[in-house]
Amino acid sequence: MDVPVLKQGPFLIATVQSALTDADLAQMRRLLIEQVGKFRSRGVIVDVTAVDVLDSYACRTLRDIAHMTGFRGAATVIVGIHPELAFTMVQLGLSLEGVATALDLEEGLAYLNARTRPTIARGNSPRNSAGPPRNGTHTRGKR
Amino acid sequence: MVTRGTLQQPAVGATGTESAIALLRELVAHLRQNRTQLREEWARRITEAELLTAMTKEEIFAEATSVYDNYVEALETGTFEALQSYSRNLSERIIPRGVETHEVVGIVLLLRDVLARSLFAKYQGDFTKLNRILDAYEPAANRIANTVAVGFVQERERIIREQQEAIRELSTPVLQVRERLLILPIIGVIDPQRARQLTEQLLRGIRTNRAKVVVIDITGVAAMDAAVANHLVQTVDASRLLGATVIVTGLSPEIAQTLVTIGVDLGKMTTVGDLQGGIEEAERLLGYKVLPLVESPVEA
Repeated sequence: MDVPVLKQGPFLIATVQSALTDADLAQMRRLLIEQVGKFRSRGVIVDVTAVDVLDSYACRTLRDIAHMTGFRGAATVIVGIHPELAFTMVQLGLSLEGVATALDLEEGLAYLNARTRPTIARGNSPRNSAGPPRNGTHTRGKR
Repeated sequence: MVTRGTLQQPAVGATGTESAIALLRELVAHLRQNRTQLREEWARRITEAELLTAMTKEEIFAEATSVYDNYVEALETGTFEALQSYSRNLSERIIPRGVETHEVVGIVLLLRDVLARSLFAKYQGDFTKLNRILDAYEPAANRIANTVAVGFVQERERIIREQQEAIRELSTPVLQVRERLLILPIIGVIDPQRARQLTEQLLRGIRTNRAKVVVIDITGVAAMDAAVANHLVQTVDASRLLGATVIVTGLSPEIAQTLVTIGVDLGKMTTVGDLQGGIEEAERLLGYKVLPLVESPVEA
């Protein structure tokens, strides 16, 4: 089953609906890498709320997605890992090191918003036109 | 040829007219007749053997009387349900007094001996009859001893299970101290089962409270072995997968030394000296800043 990838502003959201075959995972990876360039996305969220099991290949694919999108200029965050699944993964040594994780979609968006603030501020804000664009108007979340 | 079922059936096969039931009836009549004397003898021997030291002489005698009556009744009816519930009831009363298993088994066996002696005395002239009486008596007496001992042990185990349950429930509080900040104070020994439970509670707590930062305080943990330390590391990793940062505080010098010696990788987690420092660090991570309401409230 294909994973739907939605574009939400500057981010891409991939919602994994069920247990995926290896081919599905590869397809999802290819799609995300492609679309990150196409939409000039700054962040990717992979939502695994509906997933009960993640095997080693799935974990590796998630890590690969994070690293590959990183090379293409987008941060990736994995959201919605169940508590039981989290502990099982750690016990199997699949702790997704170096990959950002968040509790749910909302947290993931907050993380990406804080993480990927625009480097150049828009000129239409009176405050930003005066000073250096340290605190862009796009910046939400915690500093 | 002793049947295991009810005692109503003949316990001794083909001995002629006298069935086991008649023998038992005779036996019970004898025990009823000599109730006072045998009871006293039994209570005396309990005291002599220094059993039931937690109870007074009067209490022992009172209990001895009711046990004796129940015993004779079980012999007479051949059913053990009444005795079972009586022994459970008795156990409930005497376990809080500190009565041990060996004492309970001891007193029941003493009663068996006392009664057997009185049978020897009564039938010393008729050896064949004594044999047949004992054939009827012994299996029943053994079953009674068994019933009482098993009832006692079961009651004890039930109490232990209840207490374990209570301790388990008490021992893993996951507390929210600020929006999105949880603390998990751990006190006492952590065994693998408790460790697993702690992890479960914590991960569930992170999800329900939407925590960003968790402070695990192990000031109250005296020692930790490699397995538990590894479990702790795994808990920290799993929490990260749920998007929460874990700060471990209050590692005692002994634990620190153990962890270094056994090579547990604690480099992956944040550790702070004490709980206060841990909460301050957590507040910093969450973007809180705590300020006094007045600059210097004491002076002036």
